[in-house]
Amino acid sequence: MAPTPNWLRRRAPKPEASSDPLWVVCPECNERVYKKDLAERLFVCPKCGHHFRLGSLDRVALLADGDFHEIGANLVTGDPLQWVDRIPYPQKTSQDRSKSGMLESIVVGTCRIGGIDVGLGVMDFAFRGGTMGSVVGEKIAMLLEECGRRKVPAVLVCASGGARMEEGVIALMQMAKTSLAVQRLGALGVPFVTVLTDPTTGGVSASFGFQADVIIAETGAAIGFAGRRVIDQTIRQKLPDGFQSAEFLLEHGQVDMVVRRTELKGCLTNVLRLLTMKVPA
Amino acid sequence: MNVIVELEKPLTELEAILRDLKNRQRETQGVDLTPKIRELEEKAQQLRAEIFGNLTPWQRVHMARHPKRPLALDYISRLDDFVELHGDRTYRDDPSIVAGLGVLDGIPVCVIGEQKGRDTKENLYRNFGMPHPEGYRKAQRIMRLAEKFHRPLVTFIDTPGAYPGIGAEERGQSEAIATSLKLLAGLRTPIVVNVTGEGGSGGALAIGLGDHIVMLQHSIYSVASPEPAATILWRDATKAEEAAKRLRLTSDDLFEFGIVDEVIEEPLGGAQRDPEGTIGKVLAADRRAIERLMKLEADTLLDRRYEKYRKLGSHSELVHDRAAR
Ligand SMILES: [Zn+2]
Repeated sequence: MAPTPNWLRRRAPKPEASSDPLWVVCPECNERVYKKDLAERLFVCPKCGHHFRLGSLDRVALLADGDFHEIGANLVTGDPLQWVDRIPYPQKTSQDRSKSGMLESIVVGTCRIGGIDVGLGVMDFAFRGGTMGSVVGEKIAMLLEECGRRKVPAVLVCASGGARMEEGVIALMQMAKTSLAVQRLGALGVPFVTVLTDPTTGGVSASFGFQADVIIAETGAAIGFAGRRVIDQTIRQKLPDGFQSAEFLLEHGQVDMVVRRTELKGCLTNVLRLLTMKVPA
Repeated sequence: MNVIVELEKPLTELEAILRDLKNRQRETQGVDLTPKIRELEEKAQQLRAEIFGNLTPWQRVHMARHPKRPLALDYISRLDDFVELHGDRTYRDDPSIVAGLGVLDGIPVCVIGEQKGRDTKENLYRNFGMPHPEGYRKAQRIMRLAEKFHRPLVTFIDTPGAYPGIGAEERGQSEAIATSLKLLAGLRTPIVVNVTGEGGSGGALAIGLGDHIVMLQHSIYSVASPEPAATILWRDATKAEEAAKRLRLTSDDLFEFGIVDEVIEEPLGGAQRDPEGTIGKVLAADRRAIERLMKLEADTLLDRRYEKYRKLGSHSELVHDRAAR
C-alpha cells in the first residue's frame, strides 16, 4: 500500500473566535499556559501535569513511528433518521467538518508503533463530542477486518461521549457491529488493546472500549457508562470525589493501568511486544 | 401518569358499563337489554378506532410502558417446566433480569428477560427494569449455558436502560454490557430476540444482539429512552416528547431500518387487551425462527449474524463539501 499521509494535509481548523490566540488557562491549576509550550509538551500542563484533550491527528503523530496509511479517509455520515432540531443534521455535521478540520470523529489506519505493525484508530472529541455514529462503526469494522487479514494487533484510542443521538438506533447498532468485529478478531488470536482517554462513556465504553485484551487508561480521563448529568438526574445525590476518573477505575478493577501521556507510547510498545512475542519452539 | 391510560379513560368507563349491562342481562329476565348493549358496543368500537387508530410516537412510548402490558415473566412463565436461575456468582442476584431454563413447544431453550414491576412495590424490587452490572453478568452465565448445551437463546427486552448509579459504575456497567455484546457476537447457538416493551440504549442491546429480532407493534427501541435522550441533547428531560418524535423508535421505523426482522401485530388498543393471544403469537414466531436457525451450521450462523449487523449504517464517500469552504 502506498503511503497516503492525507491526514496531515487536512484543512486546518479555524481558531475559535473567543479564545486567546497565545494563552490558555489550565482548568486544574488555573495558571496561564503559553499555547506553544503546551503543544510541545503533548498538551500536558507544564505547571501541574493536567492532561488537556488531544486531537486525533496529534495523537496519531504521538503514537505512530512514521507513516500512517489511512483507511476510509473520505467517509462521511448519512442522515438515517432525517434528523432536524435546531438545524438539520447534515448541516450540523457539515459545520463540524469545517470547525474541526476533520471529516468525522475517528481516524483509522495502519502504521508501526515501536517497530510493531498495527492497525490504529483514534477518536476525536473535537468532532461532535467524539460520538459514535455510522462512520465510527464502519471505520472500526474496516480497521479490525484489516488487522485480521494481516494478523497485526489493533489499537483503539477512545474519546467519546457515547452513541450519537442524531443517528438514533442506527448509532446504537454500531455497538453491535463493532462488538462483532472485535469478537471475530479475537477468534483469530490477534491482540486488541484500547486506550481510554478523556472522556470515554456510553456506547463506546460499553462496547469496544471495554472489550480489549489490555485496557489502558490515560491519566485524568473521565471514564464511565452513564454521563454525570444523567446520573445526577436519576439519583439526585452528591457523587463521590474522583468518581469515574481513570484512577477510580483502576482502584475498582476496571482497567489494567493508568498511564501518563508522556509514557503512553513506550507503555503501548511494551504491551504490544509482549502480546505478539512468539513462545520459542 | 401514563398518557395512554388517560387517553383510554372514556373507553375504560364505557367498557365497565357494558360489562355491567351484560351481567344484568344474564341475571334478570324480562327486560331485553340487547339493543342497548349492541349500541354501546358499536360506540366502544368507534371509540377504540378513534383513540388508538393513529397514535403519535409519544403515545406509543406510553403504550410500551402501559401498566397492564405483558412483562417478560408473563412470556417466560408460558414455557414448559421453566426453572429460574439466580445470581451472577460474584456479587448478588439482580431482580431486573430474570433468566433460566425452559421448554418452548418441545425445544429446550435458555431464556433471559428484563423484568419491570406491575406496581410501585414491585417496581422498587425490580428497579423499574433497569439492570445493574450483576444482572448482565447473570445473563452471561445463561448465554454460556445455552452455548454449552446447544440450546437456542431466547431473550425479552423491556428496559428504559441500564441503571445509571454509583454502584453500577463502581462495579463496571460498561464492562458488563461490553462483555455481554462480545459473548453474543460469538455465541455458537441461535439467538432469538423479542422487543416486547421498552428497548432503551445499550442496556437493551446487551441482551439484544441476535439472529432473529421480533418486535411487538407498540414496543419501542431507541439509542436512549426519550427522557435521557432529551437530557443529553438539550439538557432538558421535559423535552422527552420531542425526543420521542425525532428518535424514530417505533416498530415501523425499526423494521424499515432492517434492524427488526418481524413485527407482531397487537390487538387494537395494545397487547394488554389480549395478553394470552399476544404472548402466544410472540412465542409462535420465536418457535418458527428457532426451527429455521437450528438447521444452520454454527459457522454459517455466525457469518450471517456478522453480515446482518455489518451492513447497518449510513455513510458515503465525501465528494465535495460546499458548506465547509
Ligand atoms: Zn495546570
